[in-house]
Amino acid sequence: MNILVCISNVPDTTSKINFIENDSKFDSNGVQYIINPNDEFGLTKAVWMKESNAANVTVLTVGNQSAETILRKCLAIGADKAIRIDCDANDAYSVAKEIEAHCQSINYDLIICGRESIDYNGGLVPGLLAGLLDYNFVTNCVSLEIKDSKATCAREISGGTEISECNIPLVIGSQKGLVEESDLIIPNMRGIMMARQKPLEVIDAQKFSAKTSDKKFHKPEAKSEVKLIKPDELDKLIDLLENEAKVI
Amino acid sequence: MAVLVYIESEENKFKKTAYEALSYGKALADKMGSKVSGLVINCSDTDGLKKYGADKIITIDTPDFQKFSSKKYSHAIAEVIKSENSSVVILSSSANSKFIGAHLSGITDAAYVSNVVGIPESISPFVIKRTCFTNKAFSSTEMIDGLKIISVSSNSFGMIENFNDSAVESFNPEKVDSNQKIINIEKETGNITIADADIVVSAGRGLKGPENWEMIESLADTLGAATACSKPVSDMGWRPHSEHVGQTGKPVSSNLYIAIGISGAIQHLAGINSSKVKVVINSDPEAPFFKAADYGVVGDAFEVIPELIQKLKDR
Repeated sequence: MNILVCISNVPDTTSKINFIENDSKFDSNGVQYIINPNDEFGLTKAVWMKESNAANVTVLTVGNQSAETILRKCLAIGADKAIRIDCDANDAYSVAKEIEAHCQSINYDLIICGRESIDYNGGLVPGLLAGLLDYNFVTNCVSLEIKDSKATCAREISGGTEISECNIPLVIGSQKGLVEESDLIIPNMRGIMMARQKPLEVIDAQKFSAKTSDKKFHKPEAKSEVKLIKPDELDKLIDLLENEAKVI
Repeated sequence: MAVLVYIESEENKFKKTAYEALSYGKALADKMGSKVSGLVINCSDTDGLKKYGADKIITIDTPDFQKFSSKKYSHAIAEVIKSENSSVVILSSSANSKFIGAHLSGITDAAYVSNVVGIPESISPFVIKRTCFTNKAFSSTEMIDGLKIISVSSNSFGMIENFNDSAVESFNPEKVDSNQKIINIEKETGNITIADADIVVSAGRGLKGPENWEMIESLADTLGAATACSKPVSDMGWRPHSEHVGQTGKPVSSNLYIAIGISGAIQHLAGINSSKVKVVINSDPEAPFFKAADYGVVGDAFEVIPELIQKLKDR
């Protein structure tokens, strides 16, 4: 079984968010990049499936050379092979098209993408990819089991969980629940050493044009100071919520 | 040039987010000088939609669509887009609508922007404001010419009444084969879901143990709110994962978010940032959450919460 895990290279959650070039570009200066957390849950699941489903796991990112650090980390976590499609990731559409083009030459039974990235939060790539490839699709996926060519998936829905069955090939949008935070694999020295021997292939991009572009970023207005209410003056809190904020 | 709104329903009822999407569609159509149609799948009573300004309601009512299928629904919407000559499609930000949005844009080769918080700043070029970096910034995003799909963030635009005696038409989409079948839906009954709630009451490690959640539930009941929790609380199994809000949990964009005994780690704040009003109750005056809050009470939750419940009841 062939699994492709699509990885997004994102700024660490604690990074300062600033913009440059007249607020048209994210300032990556001094920013630490990590594997997108939703992708990492998916990658961990894929590594488990090497044993349970005799799977072969390829990780892929669309990006420039700076993204190779996290690809090496994915290999150290347990992926067998890494691919970088060499171009700047401009928007979800062009990224999905690049991945689709790659999937035309290699057949994957399962494609895992995080349900959304923590930088642009679009949640577009998994669905776009499924739509473009005409594969089955389950996003917000919190459990997955594949037997022969049949997949059973659970999806988080508003107020509950939906269980569905479908044939592979399948695209899932992974999130916490597919594996737990405590299941995430911290690469050990052996993994890191082995990762150096594993293939990291760079392929040329087809350079699809983007459908959306960020023209200008801005940050929310600075928050006004918190209004502190003494614990013995809760009537005042209720009054403020009722008459000032008008939320109760 | 016309606007199409997919109006989501559940068990024959429209959700608030669906009315919000329609209100948005109407405002956009006005700005574009065009008409707005609403598409309804498997919901018979569409009268309530007239209030929100649809020029036309299109209904699809076939047994094949009884259960949600992203593929079938997306293909049906794609057909309606063709027959209506729609140029912009509006969706809400519910789990199912976002599921459809990305799928639909793949099927129709459309430009898609999610987490949109306002009507376009300009129509030509089409520039729209959305949140990014987990609510830490906004982007004015340009969408290229051609079909556009927009998911509107919950609670960002609001419901705007605008009566229109909408004509109702039924539509018969082509049958789409899918080997994907829903075999079971497990739903907690009776509780307000975090996604639909106007008010969310959330608690963290400061509560000391799962046995102390009774007062949180009681406060939520009093306010008609949903309950939520921080990540450590769900990791320790004090509360179900479905209540975990934050970056890797559920996003919250309620009108009022009350955080009790939650310190306010950056990952938590990222998930709840788009809530309008935040109240923080914490015994530690140094808790970082106070910096992100509108109102704060520095005090012991075990004293403050029961008293707050009593005062709310006496009101």
